Amino acid sequence: MFDYTFHWHQALRAWPRLLEGALVTLEVAVLSMIIGITIAIVLAVARTSNVAIFRAAAISWIELARNTPALFQIYMVHFGLGAFGLHLSPYLSLLVGIAFNNAGYLAETFRGALRAIPPTQTRAARSLGMGPVQAFVLIILPQMFRIAFLPASNQMVWAILMTSLGIIVGMNTDLAGVTQDLNVRTFRTFEFFALAAVFYYAIAKSVGIGARLIAWRLFRY
Amino acid sequence: MFDTALTFSDLMFMLRGAALTLAITAVSVAAGTILGITFGVIRHQVGPWFAAPLTFVLDVLRSVPLLIQLILANAFQSIAGLGWSPFVVSCVVLSLYTSAYCSEIVRGGIQAVPMVTRRAARSLGMTWGQDMSHIVFPMALRVALPSWIGLTLGVMKDSALVLWIGLIELLRASQILITRLQEPLFILIIAGAIYFLISFPIARLGDRLEKQWRENDPS
Amino acid sequence: MIRVENVHKSFGPLKVLKGIDLTVDQGEVVSVIGGSGSGKSTLLTCINGLEPIDQGRIEVDGIEVHAASTDINKLRRRIGIVFQQWNAFPHLTVLENVTLAPRKVLGMSRSQAEEIGVKQLDHVGLGDKLKVYPSKLSGGQQQRMAIARALAMSPDYMLFDEVTSALDPQLVGEVLDTLRLLASEGMTMIVVTHEMRFARDVSDRIAFFKDGLIHEIGPPSQIFDKPQKPETADFLKAAD
Repeated sequence: MFDYTFHWHQALRAWPRLLEGALVTLEVAVLSMIIGITIAIVLAVARTSNVAIFRAAAISWIELARNTPALFQIYMVHFGLGAFGLHLSPYLSLLVGIAFNNAGYLAETFRGALRAIPPTQTRAARSLGMGPVQAFVLIILPQMFRIAFLPASNQMVWAILMTSLGIIVGMNTDLAGVTQDLNVRTFRTFEFFALAAVFYYAIAKSVGIGARLIAWRLFRY
Repeated sequence: MFDTALTFSDLMFMLRGAALTLAITAVSVAAGTILGITFGVIRHQVGPWFAAPLTFVLDVLRSVPLLIQLILANAFQSIAGLGWSPFVVSCVVLSLYTSAYCSEIVRGGIQAVPMVTRRAARSLGMTWGQDMSHIVFPMALRVALPSWIGLTLGVMKDSALVLWIGLIELLRASQILITRLQEPLFILIIAGAIYFLISFPIARLGDRLEKQWRENDPS
Repeated sequence: MIRVENVHKSFGPLKVLKGIDLTVDQGEVVSVIGGSGSGKSTLLTCINGLEPIDQGRIEVDGIEVHAASTDINKLRRRIGIVFQQWNAFPHLTVLENVTLAPRKVLGMSRSQAEEIGVKQLDHVGLGDKLKVYPSKLSGGQQQRMAIARALAMSPDYMLFDEVTSALDPQLVGEVLDTLRLLASEGMTMIVVTHEMRFARDVSDRIAFFKDGLIHEIGPPSQIFDKPQKPETADFLKAAD
């Protein structure tokens, strides 16, 4: 059946390069989460605001992010912005695209978390003389983060897996990009991508387990 | 109103891509759901220890990027001389991917059915099969359906990745037109609108079902 | 002084306050009694500006609570309020709960705030629970923490909204004792309560609320022994 000899050692020898790629993958994922979380908080608040235009803007972003493919969103950034004279590098297109996606999904997660916090918490904080922003930052946000932590960590794993889409827009420094680079040069597609798959699995599981550990340690109240 | 080189036949080209998207989605979701139900029931019946190998494989399917899986499957079928078309490779990979998530949903649905209800059914003389079909299935369905709808929409969106192994689904069709017509923003907006029009109504329906069932559920 | 003048308030179609007049002087303890839904709690949340009013005015130390020009956050520093549900901040320890507002609202340093916090927590009998999280405390303890939290801001007035109603019976006593202590120290208090014996012992005046109006107000001896209005007498009879 197999008219093919597997050359595993060729792939295994390349593991330092793959490791470097994995670090870039993590970098993109972490940055996209930081940006995504920040925007998501704004979106979650705007989504429930009484000002119609804020609400409409938030809903538009959230529904666009959740009802179109992530790859489409990356394409929009990479090719669509070209119409406005904005040509972003593959790295930036990937980062902005994933951040846009993260923001949309996390906004819904945060909105649900905010709904779970009793309004009496804000009432108690305001009664002590705190302004609305103070009350939100000191009392509401910490509780929101605790409720939303595990769903957000799932989104982080998603972000890591999504970075692989970068090769479609020419990204060559992250894990998938490095693998594709090696693939193009050696044609050992299966061996190299199998090794990359092992790396992705290891990263995804580590982040998942790490998140559970952090949650257990951090939220012990 | 404004100038565009996009012709009606170009639009048809895009819609044919959309049709391929839907075809891949339909096949993968159908096969993936059947597999997922099977896996989910097995995992529930057999218990965590014996199901561990299966659980592990399904977990891998959910922890490796879909794009990597497609590349690996394509390379493997080439090495093994299977001669599968890109369409077949896509459907196989997406079906397995779907089944991995679906088995989780199914397991969650089964576990949501209170054990006492099932024991009552068995005490009345029902077989395991009857318990499953008349008691567990309807109750599990309520819990699982909103998640399943979400999974289906997710597969529809993820199917865009098959462009990498040469299939001309909606996004690839858009890309081809962009290369030819040099109107990236306009064409992508149309593509986005098509995705949105497919996904949004179904997503809303799922939300409404979930809300309805949650409100009617006294527990 | 807290002055409430002809205050009306509705929640949608439901009129909850139908013209309330009340004056509370420095050092007074006024208890508010009456049936559920009679508007007692609403009055308190109007006094500290959490709820808007439809008509009338409320003044605290001469400052109109609901005027647009009033800095409500500043005004709330003078008015402490404790609710039926103690609303502990779950992500902070007991000491952090109490020192948060002094630090962030009054701008105190951590050590200054902790000094006051420890003092108030000792005051209410929680001196040994400083580093504990509220989830580990009983309802009565959390309620006392809420009282210490409000007191840490050195308010001139304390409002208590049925602070024992959500507690198990055996925990009610410790909270009432704390209120008694505060009253004896001369704090100006408005206490909405169902605890009649407490109201009788501690109050300078008792206001009887029914259907959004104060039907009668006077010293405990009048309200309990010589009620002027039949509704007051009916309520007290049913309450026993």
